[in-house]
Amino acid sequence: MTRHSGRGFACINYPIGMNLGGDPAQALVHSTPDGKFMVTLSAIDLGQGMKSVTRQIAAEALGVPLADVYVDTADSDTGPHDMGSFASRGTHRVGNAVIRAASEARAQMMEAAAEELEVSAQDLDTDGAGNIHVKGAPSRQITVADTAIAAQFKQGRTLSGRGIFLIEPSGVDPDTGEMSPVTTYAHAALIVDLDVDDETGEVEVTQINSAYEVGRALNPKLVEQQLIGGAWMGVSHALYETTEPYYPDRSHGPEDFNTYLMPGPGEIVPHDIAVLERPAADAPYGGKGPGEMCANPVLPAVANAVYNAVGVRVDKLPITPEKILRGIRTNGGARPGPRRPGV
Amino acid sequence: MPKTPLAFTLNDAETGIFVDDGQNLLEALRRGAGDLSPKYGCGQGTCGACTVLIDGVPHLSCLTLAEAVAGRRMDTTAGLAEGAELHPLQRAFMEGFAAQCGYCTPGMLMAAKALLAANPRPSREEVIEAISGNLCRCTGYEPIVTAILEAAAKLQGRAA
Repeated sequence: MTRHSGRGFACINYPIGMNLGGDPAQALVHSTPDGKFMVTLSAIDLGQGMKSVTRQIAAEALGVPLADVYVDTADSDTGPHDMGSFASRGTHRVGNAVIRAASEARAQMMEAAAEELEVSAQDLDTDGAGNIHVKGAPSRQITVADTAIAAQFKQGRTLSGRGIFLIEPSGVDPDTGEMSPVTTYAHAALIVDLDVDDETGEVEVTQINSAYEVGRALNPKLVEQQLIGGAWMGVSHALYETTEPYYPDRSHGPEDFNTYLMPGPGEIVPHDIAVLERPAADAPYGGKGPGEMCANPVLPAVANAVYNAVGVRVDKLPITPEKILRGIRTNGGARPGPRRPGV
Repeated sequence: MPKTPLAFTLNDAETGIFVDDGQNLLEALRRGAGDLSPKYGCGQGTCGACTVLIDGVPHLSCLTLAEAVAGRRMDTTAGLAEGAELHPLQRAFMEGFAAQCGYCTPGMLMAAKALLAANPRPSREEVIEAISGNLCRCTGYEPIVTAILEAAAKLQGRAA
């Protein structure tokens, strides 16, 4: 038995969101009488951080403290319409809708504050700490809370905003099939190092190094968390997971977590990530969001690394020991690819 | 169906509920005692989301007969915090971003609590071993392992 090491590389252009029906997202923002703001969405936080990021975006656009913003998500009975949490669209599509809704609410807030301070709304600014002041004269100010109270009980005005983000729908060219699927792309490059045992066909991934370009990382810790967890899922898709191991034959499919293979904590792969920030013009504060692409480059990189290790090109996922051993047998033995010196 | 009275200690509180014959502990805790912190994942003892401590030892509550815990002491994630003060494990999970969807988190916390009670200074390998019965789909496990080691260090610092 010999363990052969291999290295594989993959890079991707990753479309953020989709174009079906213009991929709309809506957001509603309103103030409570104590000067807090509620953001109502139907977009869903699956754990990827939708609530945290839309909260940040709303606070930034409103000019109020993060602690004064609440996000209510995922009730499609009562919330405004949203296409959903998929296609890595959350930060970009929903974030843009939130900016629009929050900007409208901010304009009303500034009008209400202007009435209280007896100045023009154009002369006012927020300090991000819960106060609205006259530009150049910070002492002439009113708190957001007092503004909301005045709007509610004195002026009879709501501080609220509506936002929708809709991209220009792109039809499919009937001759070429060409269409513009998205408005912006994120990018990634990823290197996988692994060992393949030529007797058992087993693969052990030993190191992942990656670079991701996600626009501005609106919440760097959430971005990193998603990239680490997503790469794990990519390894799992590449090497373990399938519901139909002999597709289209349905037999021998897993029926539960005992037989549906996933790597456990014993198979943690060290992963070094570099996040490159290139804010996108049409993205909320430049953030495109990582989304599904945190898993995507791992699969081709693993396939390339297996080829590099033993010379077997597996083109059906997952890359199981069985497929590798069959490939080695067909080739008449393991055929390790070229190595760079020192690798 | 006749119900059976069942008394046990849940997070330091004397608790009495009625259970159906053959009811599992997870259902008894969630429906009977109203403790929703243990989660129903697979219902067959593979995912670890339902992990609770019985007399300090981690058990899969979905595979435990409710009547088997009569008179025993149980700990769940709902009892980890002291008032508003989070347990060091909870704090480490939060600060280390060791949860995404959060469904595995109560089971992970219970497995970790049992580990640190038995072994206050675990190695990385011992942490991995302790949570090897718990599946997580989001994090890739690394942040969870790191958080448990962080909490162990914090608890050691407090004890010293």
